[in-house]
Amino acid sequence: MINFARQNKLLSFAVIFVALQVLLALFAPVLGLQDPYAQIMVQRLKGPNVANWLGTDQLGRDILSRIIYGYRTSLLTCVTAVVLSLLAGGTLGMLAAYYRGWFDRIVMRLMDVLFAFPILLLAIAVIAVLGPSIWGAAIAIAIVYTPIFARLLRGPALVICESEYVTGAKAIGAGDMRIIFLHLLPNLASVVLVQTSLLLSAAILVEASLSFLGLGAQPPTPSLGLMLSEGRNFLLLAPWPAIFAGFAILFLSFGFNLLGDALRDTLDPRLRKES
Amino acid sequence: MSQRYLLSRFIDLLVVLFGVSIIVFLMIRLIPGDAVAIMLGANTEITPDRIAELKSRIGLDQPMVIQYGRWIWGAVQGDLGTSIWTGRPVLQEIGANIWPTVELTLLSVLVGAGLSIPLGAFMAEARGKGAEVAVRIGAIAGLTIPSFWLGIVSIFFVAKFLPGVQALGYVPFTEDPLGNLQRMILPVIALSLPMLANLSRLVRSAMLDALSQDYIRTAKAKGANRRRIIYKHALRNALIPFITSVGVSAGYLLGGAIVIEQVFAIPGLGRLVLGAIAERNYPLVQATILVMTTAFVLVNFLVDMLYAVIDPRVSR
Repeated sequence: MINFARQNKLLSFAVIFVALQVLLALFAPVLGLQDPYAQIMVQRLKGPNVANWLGTDQLGRDILSRIIYGYRTSLLTCVTAVVLSLLAGGTLGMLAAYYRGWFDRIVMRLMDVLFAFPILLLAIAVIAVLGPSIWGAAIAIAIVYTPIFARLLRGPALVICESEYVTGAKAIGAGDMRIIFLHLLPNLASVVLVQTSLLLSAAILVEASLSFLGLGAQPPTPSLGLMLSEGRNFLLLAPWPAIFAGFAILFLSFGFNLLGDALRDTLDPRLRKES
Repeated sequence: MSQRYLLSRFIDLLVVLFGVSIIVFLMIRLIPGDAVAIMLGANTEITPDRIAELKSRIGLDQPMVIQYGRWIWGAVQGDLGTSIWTGRPVLQEIGANIWPTVELTLLSVLVGAGLSIPLGAFMAEARGKGAEVAVRIGAIAGLTIPSFWLGIVSIFFVAKFLPGVQALGYVPFTEDPLGNLQRMILPVIALSLPMLANLSRLVRSAMLDALSQDYIRTAKAKGANRRRIIYKHALRNALIPFITSVGVSAGYLLGGAIVIEQVFAIPGLGRLVLGAIAERNYPLVQATILVMTTAFVLVNFLVDMLYAVIDPRVSR
């Protein structure tokens, strides 16, 4: 374990960096933070001080507490979205690679169509239909990511389906389900892990953008994107809410991206891009 | 480029555009509850007569297939319906807002792609463990900095330290070229940074790949100087994956532009579509999304063609 950490410094750093933020978000209610919703009007727009380490916002709410609860909102939305799209897109891509033929053609054409939209624009279109809310944002991101996962998994799945061990399994009469669950899935695990982490990083930025535009989380929910758009109105008077919220988004997204990048090197040296 | 390849790519293009048009068409019909009642808004009394009147005005009382046929036939002829609130053709409203977005996106692609080549080439020369890690962290940071936050922070610094500089809003290039470019500087930096990070890393790895090829050794053996090797031999081959990435990034930028326009108060398509969503002006939402997506699809089609011209192996 210690040896492994020594050999993979970047990965260890990424894991710790991400875990720290995820744990903060998970355990937010027991950290003894101030109530992120409590408005103390006499303490509006205060700079960082002893009582409020990162200062207060325009309604006198504690920024540190709102950022940590904002992590919760952001992670909840993005993890839901990524898991949904992995289930939908991953399944479609894998089955397309396994069955080939007309099924493959129809599924991948559909994915091409979804893929043709600029990411944020498709998300906005979905929200225009569903109405702005955290769940609207989660479903929008899930729909946007479905074709991405389908494409990402179809390629490696095709290679595995052509491999000798799958041909061998077929030759001894293994059923479709057995091959898919016993051979295909475990061999795709490393690709899935890497891409999930990278896409989670991007999803965090998309969710923040949507909330910033007023299409995601709605006030008074603590949300990093929303904090930026609210903080913008008081920028000259009190820049810290916007600045700290931005750093929070950056750290969260950066952590998952670095994690995916380092995982790629460690799990599959063949996939390694010269970087 | 073989004609066969061109034809098959063209058919792909038509299929994708057809699919896109169906999704955009269905969008307005998928809205939970009665979209028509929503469009009438809270301020008017909703009577069955009014609903029927608006429905027949936008053709919602016809069968789906006929509705789609009419809509797409109109769209091909440049008629995407009329804005619910102003009654003007939506294409006119799009025309009035399209140039800031086009300018912002084009400038950002130029800056991002243009700078990434020398930056990537420079980074390719930095080898060794420390440089590897620095390049990697730098690229990931560039990619994950929220561009709208970068925009907001830059506005703050300009307002604080350069109070005379006008950073917000938009003036057409034809009216005030200098003022136009001055207002474009910050949005373009914010928008192009993720692309720059992504592309320069790609250029670097493609260059390192190319530099280890046999023809580079041959060029070195011939006595070509280092500059010539990097820019003439290595770069040319590194360009092939680069071009595809620029096409994909263009779509990312088009989306990012929506947010950046909001930050810098630029009256472009992003503001148009967000305003339309807030007003529940669905024909305008539909049309804007259709126009932007079609533009993105066409850009990627052209990139594919360019790719086939540069690398003839693709089209065989």
